Amino acid sequence: MSESTALEATELTVQYPNAPAPALDSVSMVVPRGSFYAVLGPNGSGKSTLLRALLGMVPLVSGRAHLFGRPVSEWDRRALAREAGVVTQSESVAFPITVREIVAMGRYPYLGALQSETPTDREAITEAMRICDIEPLAHRFLSTLSGGEVQRTRVARALAQEPSILVLDEPTASLDVRHEMEVLELLRASADRGMTIFLITHHLDLAARFADRLLLLDRGRVAAQGAPREVLQEETLQRVYGWPISVSDDPATGLRHVTPLSTASHPNHGASGR
Amino acid sequence: MKPLASAALLGLAVVLIFLLSIRLGSVDLTTGEVFAALRGEGDLNVRRIVVDLRAPRAVMAILVGGGLSLAGAVFQALLRNPLAEPYILGISGGAATGAVLALAMGLTASLAWALPAAAFAGALLAIVLVLRVAATADHGVDVRVLLLAGVVVGAFFTACMSFVLSISDARTVRSTVLWMMGSLAGSDWRTVLMVTLYTLPTGVALVGLARPLNLLAIGEETAGYLGANVERVKRVAYVLASLLTAAGVAATGVIGFVGLIVPHGVRLLVGADYRVLLPLSFLAGAAFLTLADIVARTILSPAEVPIGVITAFVGVPLFLLLLRRSLGTRLAAGAES
Repeated sequence: MSESTALEATELTVQYPNAPAPALDSVSMVVPRGSFYAVLGPNGSGKSTLLRALLGMVPLVSGRAHLFGRPVSEWDRRALAREAGVVTQSESVAFPITVREIVAMGRYPYLGALQSETPTDREAITEAMRICDIEPLAHRFLSTLSGGEVQRTRVARALAQEPSILVLDEPTASLDVRHEMEVLELLRASADRGMTIFLITHHLDLAARFADRLLLLDRGRVAAQGAPREVLQEETLQRVYGWPISVSDDPATGLRHVTPLSTASHPNHGASGR
Repeated sequence: MKPLASAALLGLAVVLIFLLSIRLGSVDLTTGEVFAALRGEGDLNVRRIVVDLRAPRAVMAILVGGGLSLAGAVFQALLRNPLAEPYILGISGGAATGAVLALAMGLTASLAWALPAAAFAGALLAIVLVLRVAATADHGVDVRVLLLAGVVVGAFFTACMSFVLSISDARTVRSTVLWMMGSLAGSDWRTVLMVTLYTLPTGVALVGLARPLNLLAIGEETAGYLGANVERVKRVAYVLASLLTAAGVAATGVIGFVGLIVPHGVRLLVGADYRVLLPLSFLAGAAFLTLADIVARTILSPAEVPIGVITAFVGVPLFLLLLRRSLGTRLAAGAES
């Protein structure tokens, strides 16, 4: 285990109670410190379970999960929250809570039971809100925000934790192009400053464009991992997603493009896709 | 500043309502007479009314009202539901059943602490039953299932109490039925001391959990990722809130809806931050129940209306309003996804 590893899974197997098959089946992967790492795969391929397993939120059937070289089970939850900021797929608030209050929750692992915010805490909260461009919303209730504003608030909360790794589960799923690009560029810039990014996403193109390494999961198993160019291969993607897909390189940008085709052009994939 | 101003205002309200509660009754007193009696001066009869009857009763209203409100706010955070409340969840019923059993078996005559202890055991049993029944859904607790579970568990405990009463002697039945309806009439300094010893340390400990309770309001998984030890916080908070409920029920019987009305009002006043909400709920609950007791004693004077009737008359319309809103947003959220 080297100092340069942020997250590492070794032969990780997870099975939920009453599930017929394991959600993760002997998954091994490494997220280098300071890298932008993206996890891809169809619905139900085990992406979110991998996130939970790596952060000690689900019991392992077998295998090991390490965070910065230490088994994740040995981490105290507060210490873990100071290292890893997590934006889960969705959450709902039970009571009216303001944007500022949500972001301030990111300081939980730094504060004692009755301690009030120190100047350091307030600075971290303000900075996180500035980065995510939500300062004007500070006193709005979360229920009055658009989907994009809610997501940026949740990213700001994770940034307020001042983590060395940021873990996000489809954070841009409900964002328009501009806000999606803003979040991804923010993540890229954070990675360039040395923060590790672990991103679950469905956007193959954007993953290829922003991430250093990709992991493609298929029904709980690793289908491919490595540099975007190695992972995004036509045959692999068609097999994993069960859909005709074309992969090409844009000569202008040098970026890899993934284009889902119509099943009509591909007799092997059944009836019309329209 | 705003929370502090609200706290000061509520504190003042508690003091004024406390004085009013001592002044008003079958014999109306002046503020001067009340202060004289509290200093141990003035007419002996007035002193007896103030010191032995009205003062302990008003202090009891403060303790029980504050405790039930605090417990309600805590259950709401734990279950992520503004409709959760000790009475609606059947926890008060469980505590009452425990207490009725202790009374019927004559335990309370020899063991003074047996009544609250038995109520506590009943409250814990109720919360375990409710959670077992309600936690069948995959993700968290559905509001409709939770409320049904509370109703069913409450009905079960009512049946248990009726059974115990049917095999008890007439004297036990009379005192128990009165007490099942909820009343502050029997308050004396000994009971006040008992409830204080249960309520104050428990209340302080719960306020100490305010920060993790805040996190629970946005979901258990997220709370865990933010550094909260979710399972431990839940266990401790359930036990403490049940203890708070049990202390109130053991002393004054079943008084419903206080834990629903008060935290809702306080949330409108200062927002949902539990560090502010919990202490202010205690103060507001104290003021509310003392006021309700004044109404209960004076509205049909010299007869006394059970205080649970007053709290239900306020609580039921609010409950229905919140239920409509809660089901409405849930349906809207379901349609969206």
